[in-house]
Amino acid sequence: MDSEYLSAKALEKKHRLETDPTYRKNHMEYLPGMERIESDICANVMKHMKSFDYSKYTAHDVKSALNRDTCSIEDFKALLSPAAEPFLEQMAQRARLETSKHFGNTVYMFTPLYIANYCENYCVYCGFNCYNHINRMKLTIEQIAHEMEIIADSGMEEILILTGESRAQSDVNYIGEACKLARKYFRMVGLEIYPVNTDEYRYLHECGADYVTVFQETYDSDKYETLHLLGHKRVWPYRFDAQERALMGGMRGVAFSALLGLSDFRKDALASALHVYFLQRKYPYAEMSLSCPRLRPIINNDKINPLDVHEKQLCQILCAYRIFLPFVGITVSSRESAEFRNGIVKIAATKVSAGVSTGIGDHESKYSGKESDGMHGDEQFEINDSRSLGKMYRDISDEGLQPVLNDYLYV
Amino acid sequence: MDNDKLIIGGHEFNSRFILGSGKYSLSLIEAAVKYAGAEIITLAVRRANTKKQENILDFIPNGVTLLPNTSGARNAEEAVRIARLARELGCGSFVKVEIMRDSKYLLPDNQETVKATEILANDGFVVMPYMYPDLNTARDLVNAGAAAVMPLASPIGSNKGLATKEFIQILIDEINLPVIVDAGIGRPSQACEAMEMGAAAIMANTALATAGDLPMMAAAFRQAVEAGRKAYLAGLGRVLTRGASASDPLTGFLRD
Repeated sequence: MDSEYLSAKALEKKHRLETDPTYRKNHMEYLPGMERIESDICANVMKHMKSFDYSKYTAHDVKSALNRDTCSIEDFKALLSPAAEPFLEQMAQRARLETSKHFGNTVYMFTPLYIANYCENYCVYCGFNCYNHINRMKLTIEQIAHEMEIIADSGMEEILILTGESRAQSDVNYIGEACKLARKYFRMVGLEIYPVNTDEYRYLHECGADYVTVFQETYDSDKYETLHLLGHKRVWPYRFDAQERALMGGMRGVAFSALLGLSDFRKDALASALHVYFLQRKYPYAEMSLSCPRLRPIINNDKINPLDVHEKQLCQILCAYRIFLPFVGITVSSRESAEFRNGIVKIAATKVSAGVSTGIGDHESKYSGKESDGMHGDEQFEINDSRSLGKMYRDISDEGLQPVLNDYLYV
Repeated sequence: MDNDKLIIGGHEFNSRFILGSGKYSLSLIEAAVKYAGAEIITLAVRRANTKKQENILDFIPNGVTLLPNTSGARNAEEAVRIARLARELGCGSFVKVEIMRDSKYLLPDNQETVKATEILANDGFVVMPYMYPDLNTARDLVNAGAAAVMPLASPIGSNKGLATKEFIQILIDEINLPVIVDAGIGRPSQACEAMEMGAAAIMANTALATAGDLPMMAAAFRQAVEAGRKAYLAGLGRVLTRGASASDPLTGFLRD
């Protein structure tokens, strides 16, 4: 969909990017300033993903995978296959056992804070993309402090700071200032920003951030090329190595995901988990977690239909993740419904967001109903579970689980 | 039996069941104190690093000794910092040193543990190091000033019991400090077995936290620990001790 606010020149460029692949930059080629690291992680993940033929697995493979104490890569592939669909309940039982061994009955809570939504990328499925006409905004340091104060007052102790992907509008120094501020209001500070170099991750760590989330969107680089048409984000391998650079920069933990539904979700789920698996073997002290976003309706775009990953399949993926990687955190965002989240925390998920706004500068109106100056930045996507921290805390407790606001110390 | 105290760093305890910290909840702490008789409760400092409404310190009953641990530390330096923070938070002078460079199995790093133990013992802490059951490390820990050693029975949270039994037995036989079996105890019978071997105490968390009936499981652990301790003090029947004895003495031919 084209915005009526675009100039003729911009429209022409947009259309050409969409229709003429030769007009687009090589998505496998680094741009100036992007750090290259020595790593074999990507090659290992790709080798498995490319050869993954999930149609060859049988009920027998799934049963023997479930019968083994330790889940091998081959077992994990069987659990992700269509042959495992009839075994969803058995997978859930096993997943719950593994979750309780490693996490007991605890469920961690956090909230995201979008501080800017400027973006220089053209990703066709995203509401923040540079051709989409939305209210753009970047919070000032004072505004960030105000938002953080409101969130901290609600009792939240872990925050995930997000920006759109614009180095020009929200540079590393700006994000660093937000991290320093966040350290005053929260016990744990995570970042979900555009990928940066090792020295920049180190700087952000020194500013107080300790966890970095980067979604690869899809591990299928050919498909990736057709969706991320312009901007730094187009460079697929630089994004792939972001978590490793973050760990090299001293971050304690990293989080991963594909946006399930962009490409073949079984292959993307395999690659996401193997990305964790191989990186964990190289950086055994690092803490790792997986998320599981599916495509959801976005502003000004009704063309994408997320039907290919249904709740049952999402549950299958999460159970398979848990059985293969019993020690990793699994985060389920407010894109999923309250019913789904209530159910999945009893099986595999260990972290949920609460009191969520994906807009910019609107926590006061959302938390208290009080309208501020009316200046807001638009939201990245619609959320499905709008429970406040208090409500979420009670609901988790009522399910017989233990909500945890913090289990972290910056050392 | 009445005078059979557990003594750690000059402090006396009647109970030989210690509650671990992994999975906490108010009901778990209540059950551990009331039904398992726990007098020592481990507390992850990083879990206590929270705001008022959630503070686990408020859950700890009076008269219970807090054992803050350094979980989250990846080396000796971080462990020392966390231990000092625990003291600032008012957690007392006990500390359980836990140093992990592995987020998958959470296995302790023995070398770093020895370093941290020495620094903290010199700093006046009662240091209880969590360790992989290695005799050389245990001796180093004794020399570093540890007040007890806490070998793991099997990977933390695994409920797999005494996978390292032979090595724990060596520590019990050779080390003149309380040997407290930590991690992996999944059933009361395993706790009992560790106590029969001569362990000074056992620590458990997951086994209780994930039980169907928490108070009943807590009571079961208490009985198991007490039974194992009594069996150890009584001296196990000869059939059960290591090696068998021949019915005719092999040395019967000796005349003077």
